[in-house]
Amino acid sequence: METKVIKKVDTIFDVVECNYIQVLEKTLAKTADEIILDIIDSGLKGRGGAGFPTGLKWKFTKNEENAVKYVICNADEGEPGTFKDREILDRVPEKVFTGMAICGYAIGAKEGYIYLRGEYNFLKQDLQMKIDLFNSQLADRDFDFKVFLRSGSGAYICGEESALFDSMEGLRGEPRNKPPYPTVAGYNLKPTAINNVETLVYVTMICRMGPESFKALGTKDSRGSKVFSVSGDTPTPGIYELELGMPLNQFVDEFGDGDTKAVQVGGASGHCVPRKKYNDTIIGFEGIPTGGSMMIFNSTRSMYNVLHDYLEFFTEESCGQCTPCRVGCQQLLKGIEAVKKGDKKPSYLEDLKKLAATMKIASKCGLGQSVSNPFNSIVDNFREEIIY
Amino acid sequence: MSKYLVNLKVNNIPVTVEEGTTILDAARKLNFHIPTLCYHEDLTVAGNCRVCLVEVAGSRSLAASCATPVSEGMEVLTNSKNVRSARKNVVELLLSEHNADCTKCFKNGHCELQTLSSEYQIGQHLFIDLVKTKDKIVDISSPSIAKDDSKCIRCQRCVRTCSELQAVGALAVINKGDHQRISTFLNKPLSEVVCTNCGQCINRCPTGALTERSYIEEVWDAINDPSKHVVVETAPAVRVALGEDLGFEAGERVTGKMVAALRHLGFDSILDTDFTADLTILEEGTELLTRLKKALVDKDEKVSLPMFTSCSPGWIKFIEHMFPEYLPNLSTCKSPQQMFGALAKTYYAQKKNINPKNMVCVSIMPCTAKKFEAGRPELRDSGYQDVDYVLTTRELAMMIKQAGIDFMKLEDMEYDSIMGESTGAAVIFGASGGVMEAALRTAYEIISGRDVPFTNLNIVPVRGMEGVKEAKVMLKDVKPEWGFLEGVEVSIAIAHGLANAKKVVESIKNGTANYHFVEIMGCPGGCIGGGGQPIPTSPEIRQKRADAIYAEDEGLPLRKSHENPEVQYLYKEFLGEPLGHRSHDLLHTHYKPRKRY
Repeated sequence: METKVIKKVDTIFDVVECNYIQVLEKTLAKTADEIILDIIDSGLKGRGGAGFPTGLKWKFTKNEENAVKYVICNADEGEPGTFKDREILDRVPEKVFTGMAICGYAIGAKEGYIYLRGEYNFLKQDLQMKIDLFNSQLADRDFDFKVFLRSGSGAYICGEESALFDSMEGLRGEPRNKPPYPTVAGYNLKPTAINNVETLVYVTMICRMGPESFKALGTKDSRGSKVFSVSGDTPTPGIYELELGMPLNQFVDEFGDGDTKAVQVGGASGHCVPRKKYNDTIIGFEGIPTGGSMMIFNSTRSMYNVLHDYLEFFTEESCGQCTPCRVGCQQLLKGIEAVKKGDKKPSYLEDLKKLAATMKIASKCGLGQSVSNPFNSIVDNFREEIIY
Repeated sequence: MSKYLVNLKVNNIPVTVEEGTTILDAARKLNFHIPTLCYHEDLTVAGNCRVCLVEVAGSRSLAASCATPVSEGMEVLTNSKNVRSARKNVVELLLSEHNADCTKCFKNGHCELQTLSSEYQIGQHLFIDLVKTKDKIVDISSPSIAKDDSKCIRCQRCVRTCSELQAVGALAVINKGDHQRISTFLNKPLSEVVCTNCGQCINRCPTGALTERSYIEEVWDAINDPSKHVVVETAPAVRVALGEDLGFEAGERVTGKMVAALRHLGFDSILDTDFTADLTILEEGTELLTRLKKALVDKDEKVSLPMFTSCSPGWIKFIEHMFPEYLPNLSTCKSPQQMFGALAKTYYAQKKNINPKNMVCVSIMPCTAKKFEAGRPELRDSGYQDVDYVLTTRELAMMIKQAGIDFMKLEDMEYDSIMGESTGAAVIFGASGGVMEAALRTAYEIISGRDVPFTNLNIVPVRGMEGVKEAKVMLKDVKPEWGFLEGVEVSIAIAHGLANAKKVVESIKNGTANYHFVEIMGCPGGCIGGGGQPIPTSPEIRQKRADAIYAEDEGLPLRKSHENPEVQYLYKEFLGEPLGHRSHDLLHTHYKPRKRY
């Protein structure tokens, strides 16, 4: 499989090179179809974690016939271990707005909304100021698009796109049944292109540099670079933009503390990779996809505690509407507690793994569907720590 | 617009259905049964219980068949290994958060979760019991509805019922994750919120989480107390639904068997709410004509029109909370149940020489709101609580079973007299539009001296299941004393289900509609779809019950309320005239505004 040598890049946070107004003017000179073709050609996939091809999403939304469409920037960055969107919105918000405006032009939307995580309210005042300036700059150029800011209230589930729409509409944030997908019926049941913060910045960068230079980085399945949130047992925690397609062992060499026992790739809902699998693990859509969270654990950490924390998190953050997720999370949590205490036999872990498998195929949304990722990868690789 | 047709395969059998059809419906077309819990025909689709999962070729996850539309070339498996195993897991999970105290549950034998766990042979619990002790405290604050959170499976059918069908919103989902539950505004007890006690949530609860407050034991105690004379009254809609809980198909009329069963149970007098339904027509009809006269002749601007019917206690509490400014528009007539209670403990007691102190008045109702109504402080005009206990159709069926009565084999019996006689006009009170039809039959004849101008007295435009029905009746060639009504076109409307009631009141409020008389029933279909009726309910079942109501009407010798000889006798012997002094004291009342929260 194609792999890349770990490489730090600086496109996202580079402000010297990027004049967003110039990018915007240059891009708006193109037709909507040309822009969408560029984005498709670049191979850009959603940076929120699910990895849906951005250009296709835009194409579907554009193809819907509706006078009202929306662009939404998903800034409900709630995945444990992820903090890159906060940094992006703090340091280069204009690049995000620009991506939104380009998207609005491409799909035919006049309104764009940033759904900001409730815990990031401290960014609000500054963001609103910059949004106002940006909107006036658009108005000066007679470009009919406006960015608005909406605040979440702290529920993890509202990062799920359809729950986010419900939340914006003033409803209880719960994932909807799909289909219809957001491109057909999203916010206010209108065609909606919803993209992650980082994705929108890459849109701006692709429009500035052209798809070719974006494609020059990364692998066939994972084009470009990505922003990673590095945390845990590392001497150098922080935000790093890295080329996609690197093997995990190189990442651990770069960021680990020499005693790295496991890396949780993709946050609480991601996979836990133990030391023995570093060499075979590629960070990218062909290997382990990630929204950017890289949590590093060294040998002082109990993987039972790690899993217990994750399960507590999901038990609390499940919206509670669907059975597999609401009850399943509780059962997994109580289950490992019972095994640890000896109230259930170690073989009960097999029942729980079967339950996790059910949750993966039976839950209504990505939350319940992904709990099996950490559960199975931690139980399989650190079984002794769970039992004893 | 004609819909596209979609071809798919369910369990390898090809089927063609209209675009937009769900997988569930497509499978049902082929007679493949897929279990459901959160799905209900009367409600929007939730797709949250996940027991209707099916496998769709090419999809990584299973699909909720109730919520997934078919697509061309789709290949669906409803009973694959994956499906069975996931479905079983889901039911096991539901059981782990369910207080499976089945043997003493009112829903034992009718519980959808119980049926499902039996189908999937789920015995000892695989998973850890998650039922919280605090959830076992049942909310019995309401005299109508008991809410037991420990039995709740969070399907949200009650929540959707309360908001979609009833526009009440007393029940809502609160919290998330393991704390998610169905609750009320600020977690207040049911008795302190906008709940109208309609019981539609009970009709749609798949488990025993929502049930009626049961008064069976109190009624047994009264029957067994030799010092008490226990009078029972039966509402119109009970006779066309009771059979469903006792072995009959929906739509079976069991009036005679019901009377026989009540006699076997030991009630002392078996009387009919239909009697006071006829009486209601005379009182309410006179009230309407009086209001019209005030408006048309006296030009009294204070007279409140349209006049709303006041038979449905769910509707009464709804208007008290939601539209208190329209309380003057309510007919002052008590509901037939309450007219009955007031007369039982005065007129009937006198005639039969019974001390009303020793009387117990029990009513059998298709309704849970009637339980609340019976306890209203406004309704004690006999000097006692007019109606002591209200049992639902379901509770009566339970008593009949407890008594070991073979209901299906009972010989028909007749109601006792007096207050047991009724007409077809009273029976149709049980279906939406029935009160209107009964009122028109009588009022039209009083005004014109002629039968209503509809074949065989059947006023078809006011019948049927449409949410809001409207009609106009032109009054011509009226009797001289009603001359002020000559040429008046009386405009009427009928709504059933409180969401439709809300629509009608709002259209009156914003001036887009203008009526003289409006019939409103709190429950979908009227009383035949009441919150105390046998479970399950569906549009089809309600239609069958309504058909039975109209068949019962057609089969009766008298079909106009004013022709009821016992009602005529009552006026002659006791009341004097409609809206007379005694009527005013015993049969009429006023209601007060309530807050929304």
